[in-house]
Amino acid sequence: MSSSNLIQDIINGLLLGGLYALIAIGYTMVYGILRLINFAHGDILMWGVYFALYAVVALSMPWWIAFVIGIALAGLLGFTVEKVAYKPLRSAPRISSLITAIGMSFFLESLAVVVWGGIPKSFNIYPKFFNRTLIFGHVRIQMLTFFILGVTFILLLAVLWLLYRTNTGTAMRAIATDIPTTSLMGANVNNIISLTFIIGSMLAATSGIMWAMRYPQVQPYMGFVPGMKAFIAAVIGGIGSVPGALVGGFLLGMTEIIVVGLFPNLAGYRDAFAYVILIVLLMFRPTGIFRVYSEQKV
Amino acid sequence: MKRISFKLNFVLTTLFVIGTGFFLLWVSNSFGGYWPRIITLMGIYGIMAVSYTLVNGVTGIFSLGHAGFIAIGAYTAALLTLPIQQKAMSFFIEPLIWPLNSIQMGFLPATIIGGLVAAFAAFLVGYPSLRVTGDYFAIATFGFAEIIRIVIQNSYNITNGSLGLKSIPPYTTIWWAWGWLLVTVIVIGSLKFSSYGRALRAMSEDTVAARAMGIDVFKHQLISFVVSGFFAGIGGALYAHWLTTIDPRPTSLGIMLTFFVLIMIVIGGLGSISGAVLGAIFFAFFAQWLRIVESPMNFFGINIPGIPGMSMLIFAIIFILIMLFRRKGIMGKDELSWQYIYNYFSKKAGDQD
Repeated sequence: MSSSNLIQDIINGLLLGGLYALIAIGYTMVYGILRLINFAHGDILMWGVYFALYAVVALSMPWWIAFVIGIALAGLLGFTVEKVAYKPLRSAPRISSLITAIGMSFFLESLAVVVWGGIPKSFNIYPKFFNRTLIFGHVRIQMLTFFILGVTFILLLAVLWLLYRTNTGTAMRAIATDIPTTSLMGANVNNIISLTFIIGSMLAATSGIMWAMRYPQVQPYMGFVPGMKAFIAAVIGGIGSVPGALVGGFLLGMTEIIVVGLFPNLAGYRDAFAYVILIVLLMFRPTGIFRVYSEQKV
Repeated sequence: MKRISFKLNFVLTTLFVIGTGFFLLWVSNSFGGYWPRIITLMGIYGIMAVSYTLVNGVTGIFSLGHAGFIAIGAYTAALLTLPIQQKAMSFFIEPLIWPLNSIQMGFLPATIIGGLVAAFAAFLVGYPSLRVTGDYFAIATFGFAEIIRIVIQNSYNITNGSLGLKSIPPYTTIWWAWGWLLVTVIVIGSLKFSSYGRALRAMSEDTVAARAMGIDVFKHQLISFVVSGFFAGIGGALYAHWLTTIDPRPTSLGIMLTFFVLIMIVIGGLGSISGAVLGAIFFAFFAQWLRIVESPMNFFGINIPGIPGMSMLIFAIIFILIMLFRRKGIMGKDELSWQYIYNYFSKKAGDQD
């Protein structure tokens, strides 16, 4: 493997990792607060992409307004899902909320098949400018790559700022530790949980739209596998920890690209890497890199 | 409240089984078209659901890997029953490896071997996965099922990769499906009501207390997982010979199938064997019936176009409504025994007084 290939792989790995990280933040924040694996997260992402696509195709909006609308509607969808399906089960056994989350994922996918149709659609609503390729020696980089990396970087900084430099962020982190005490301190728990879902869903939709720009195909099941992998990224980093989700996302993206770069005949198994990493990790260090919760063994 | 004696229970159950047998005989002889096929599918789904509910309901651990074991059973049995010439024709990318390309055996041994291989896979998956609990176990088993699917997708010299297996002989009849369902219900039912089953239920209520009573939690969970894997493999073998074409797409033998079986056992009530069978019958029946919604129809002169995917949407809505408003499904953890029916009606009669 030559050095230019390696650089190319690192850039692609960063790109994929950034997309995973944006999705993983939503998982990790929700799990941190509710101890719930929000299986529907990836499907909210898919809905955001469809909203953006149809804002252009059906309402002929400019692409950037459509992106904003798609992201905003995904936030609204995340809010609704939490209110309808998760809030009534907050005091139920955890396994019930997990099953409901799976049901919600299945519901959003089936609804997408009915509403948008099951046939994959091409996502070609962004300007051709993004497809222009810059060539540095042997390394070829699309403008899209800079765009995605830039957006990812800005959003990650924004989330960290929100969590560690604002009152709302403090309340979110406090709720993740202890819900009853935090509500005694005057934080409105329901609002904070809703806000968590909205932010998580909007980040996921942003990632989904950029995912669709990179791999320009949209279909109702597109969110499931990225969602599962982002969840694994969150587990790698230590679920509940936002910096952990970032590290996990980039680590997973890099691993997928670089292992295939080193061993091209493993390309068919690329989707299995994440699960192998997950299983090995669960055996030896279930709390992830950033030890947040020591998962109780009982 | 009167207890129904063991003798009466036994006689009634035998009569019920014989009655069901005659009903199936009547269906398979007098109905044409797809109904015998759907009733066969009910039996197959029943096997998958009962084996799934042993893990997810009775044992109280939440696995998402059921489709992995079903896929292993399906592929193993199909590779053993496929005619040798058919194998030579199908495997045109890479030839099938040695012992498999010269074997052809009957349906019964192939099914049993399918179950055994799936049980062995369940042991290999369960041994490491059962070290973690709760959601992590769900994700780990899901991960293993995906790994199984991806390995199947890439092993061109064993499973024909993404092309899948075609022209599997259609051996699965109503009798095979419902016969195996009977075996499944008897085995898992006697497990549930043995001392072993009591240990499982104790663990699902409170793991720490169960451990304090001297129950080896890990061993019990592993046995239940392996037994569940065995019957999932049997279900998969029957399913392959019902479908006659199998491939490793996520929508055929992947996470989608796990979702379907999960819907069945949630409808029936997590932990109830008879509930699982009822859920499977309900699912197979309505999945067929709802096809009407998906096909275009003429309603009083108005043409309504078919809505593809509508049936799955309706199942998803039922599923969520059950989780929100009736979490115990049809049966809860109870069984549809004669005692249950007797109590139900005597309570009804008591209410009227």
